[in-house]
Amino acid sequence: MATRVLDQQRVHAPAAHGEKTGVLSWLTTVDHKRIGILYGATAFFFFLMGGVEALLLRIQLGAPNNTFLSAERYNELFTMHGTTMIFLAIMPLSAMFFNYMIPLLIGARDVAFPRLNAFSYWVFLLGGLFLNVSWLFGAAPDQGWFGYANLTSKQFSPGPNVDFWMLGLQILGIASLAAAVNFFVTVINLRAPGMNLMRMPMFVWMSFITQVLLLLAFPVITVALILLMFDRFFGTHFFVPSGGGDPILWQHLFWIFGHPEVYILILPAFGIISEVLPVFSRKPLFGYAAMVFSGVFIAFLGFGVWSHHMFSTGMGPIADTFFALTTMLIAVPTGVKIFNWIGTMWGGSLQFRTPMYFAVGFIAMFIIGGLSGVMHASPPADLQQTDTYFVVAHFHYVLFGGSIFGLTAGAYYWWPKMFGRMLDERLGKLHFWLMLIGFNLTFFPMHFVGLNGMPRRVYTYPEGLGFETLNQIETAGSFVLGLAFVVFLYNIFQSWRKPANAPADPWNGATLEWSIPSPPQEFNFPEIPVVHGRDAHWEAKRGRTTPLPEPARVSGAGIHLPNPSYWPLITAIGLTAVFTALMVLGHTGSHVWAVVAAVLLLFFGVFRWAFEPAG
Amino acid sequence: MTAVAHDVPHGLEHATSTGLDSRKLAIWTFIGSECMFFASLISNYLVHKGRSLVGPFPHEPWTSPSGEHFKPILEIPLVTLGTALLLFSSLFVVLALSGAQRGSRKALVGWLAATIACGIFFVGMQVYEFTHFVREGLKLSTNLFGASFYTLTGFHGTHVTIGVIWLITLWILALRGKIPPSKSLNLEMAALYWHFVDVVWIIIFPVVYLIK
Amino acid sequence: MDAHASTADHTDHSHPTAGVYAKVGLILFVLTALEVGLYEITYGEHAGAFSVDIRPFFVPMLLLLSAAKFALVAMFYMHLKQDSKLFTGVFVFPLTIAAVIIFGLMILMAYHMSYARSG
Repeated sequence: MATRVLDQQRVHAPAAHGEKTGVLSWLTTVDHKRIGILYGATAFFFFLMGGVEALLLRIQLGAPNNTFLSAERYNELFTMHGTTMIFLAIMPLSAMFFNYMIPLLIGARDVAFPRLNAFSYWVFLLGGLFLNVSWLFGAAPDQGWFGYANLTSKQFSPGPNVDFWMLGLQILGIASLAAAVNFFVTVINLRAPGMNLMRMPMFVWMSFITQVLLLLAFPVITVALILLMFDRFFGTHFFVPSGGGDPILWQHLFWIFGHPEVYILILPAFGIISEVLPVFSRKPLFGYAAMVFSGVFIAFLGFGVWSHHMFSTGMGPIADTFFALTTMLIAVPTGVKIFNWIGTMWGGSLQFRTPMYFAVGFIAMFIIGGLSGVMHASPPADLQQTDTYFVVAHFHYVLFGGSIFGLTAGAYYWWPKMFGRMLDERLGKLHFWLMLIGFNLTFFPMHFVGLNGMPRRVYTYPEGLGFETLNQIETAGSFVLGLAFVVFLYNIFQSWRKPANAPADPWNGATLEWSIPSPPQEFNFPEIPVVHGRDAHWEAKRGRTTPLPEPARVSGAGIHLPNPSYWPLITAIGLTAVFTALMVLGHTGSHVWAVVAAVLLLFFGVFRWAFEPAG
Repeated sequence: MTAVAHDVPHGLEHATSTGLDSRKLAIWTFIGSECMFFASLISNYLVHKGRSLVGPFPHEPWTSPSGEHFKPILEIPLVTLGTALLLFSSLFVVLALSGAQRGSRKALVGWLAATIACGIFFVGMQVYEFTHFVREGLKLSTNLFGASFYTLTGFHGTHVTIGVIWLITLWILALRGKIPPSKSLNLEMAALYWHFVDVVWIIIFPVVYLIK
Repeated sequence: MDAHASTADHTDHSHPTAGVYAKVGLILFVLTALEVGLYEITYGEHAGAFSVDIRPFFVPMLLLLSAAKFALVAMFYMHLKQDSKLFTGVFVFPLTIAAVIIFGLMILMAYHMSYARSG
């Protein structure tokens, strides 16, 4: 049972605050819930953009020798589709849940550094815009999301396309790192009394591991992008063979980042699924400790497998064997997780609501993606599969079938908590079935065309290779997939016209966020809860014959909250200005003053921020 | 477990789950992340070591095809001095911190000034070294040694410069009496960053300058 | 780990004295001198002072010396010796990964340069 104690050190502060509205209040907000919504809205917009890019690609591939897109435009679209989906959709959609949910799940009033949190969001937004502004210049990145040298060299990509990508990613990396420090500290330091590490909800655990991966993986891509920038702007030869450099080094640095990155993309979804399945099975998560340690193990091993992306570069038998073995080893903790999810449902009282549909769909789709993953853990098999649609099928099964199914489960699950409105069940299930069918129609045939030798990243294919029918099915499937999200948008739209009357605990939830009103008040918890076990809210309800009374909205007078601030936004603008100025410098070789001015603006923001009372 | 929730320790405004200050944990987290940043730069240096197609080289003389002679370019005595200064600055900043925690403004202001002076000397040493190398014919784009050397030591130098700016800010605050013992954490964070920059140099110095 | 604010800040009061800091500073200075001295007797003007070739020992010795300096600064100046073990973990875990990455990259790239690239 969750008794509550008065949060003593906070009651003295004489702050009074109503719910503030207006554009200005959003620009200066430091409330983790509002920042979460900003992350979600922005990322969903980018997700739709990446989706439209994918549909254009599918139209082009719907028929052999198609001329719907030029090769150049096709290159831009697949590059931006990948970059957008990874950095501007899945990562920030996960960040939406980190922001909104971590403080609620651990019983905190906000994150450890609310202004840093706002800064992360603004940097992410500006970085996303920086990348996409390239479309307006007719110079969208066109070298692939992996940016392999020497496609990125000045010799082969003289235009600014690569520069938008290289500097845009650098900006986004800073947003991720700032957020990672914030959430790492938040999880360690802001847990409610009694919530020790092994009582944390699994979503918090998986998010925590994700932050560790972000902290350790992003500096590597930062350095790789710096080296690339030096090659392109200042004439060095790190990746240029004619100057003694080597393109393979880029691949190593990229994948030292890139492999942990795939766990950054999937672990939050693992966490969401581990929240949804117990609630809709009316049964605690099976094998909690095994889930935690398998997550830790996956993250740790994630740093020792990067070269399995590079078998085709010829690393020699010893390296091939080593990386094949570590890669296959990762299947063990992943399998542990899958069996535990199934074990959670086993014998449970299953409630098939929309979030549960997506959660079960996640398990099925992720297993397929996992199995094809183990297939190309074997170097000889991988050599056949590299650069074919088989790989495209694999990573869409883990990233779409995994991450997006998981994130959608989370969206349906937490929507009432975030907006105080229930999404429609029938539309939700329609969304699920369209998504499941569309997804499998689009990506399952790719296994076959891939094994039959259809190369990825090529804008068209000739007739008579047997690719036509399957590609037509894929294109049709992709439009079903698109339709699924139209249904989702309509579901959101129709919920908006109804009164916001979702109950605090619509699903009989297990965790602390369901103990407070939907949507939560600005201060989250009138009194900081005390936790006595896992599934704290289930503990509170245990043994009761009647449901808990609906939590009341209280005034919150006297609860001390951080002040809103302009400086995170100004600092983020300063930071983006630095990279914009670098772009100018790299292309004109002059205007150093612009860099200096931008750095001064950045410092101005940092200093005002540092000397502003946090409140 | 319930009882401790009521104990608000002295001198801590916000109780945390671990009892550790969030800002200190944050700076340590940042330092942990920076380990990977410098590890990548050091890897880049080591991978390209000895792979320059043309001179000047760090440890060996070189004669260009046109017959021009180049000495080994590294100036070890100069850098040894810089290394020693950076090491001593670590000692000074820890003495300044100890002063701040004791409430001795004299020690705080004095040792902090010494730290800043060492930092400025180090940056000055690097500026001199870089301009000297460029005059000797080693530019960023000359060869892989130049490229990886300037990138590694340059980013380290940038970190030192940011540290100097941070410490100067704190020094001005200290002069105005705004770092009482209760706020010594403000200095402790800067000091941790400063020590980290120092230990990075402890690695860079042998790896770049001493190992042939 | 989860002692809620109970073992708060007495770590801050057990910092070493100025004398200890100065001694550590002195040791750091001596170790640096040893590093440069080692360079001198191996490659510098005084190379060949020994009858045996000491060059094979140069790099391991140097790395040992710098590791010792690194550890001294981290333990005493960064207070990891007295502070919460959590800080040590937050520092040492990335350090371990970093070392593995540097080591792995060097091996992989060395192989690549000497076999794969030369055909």
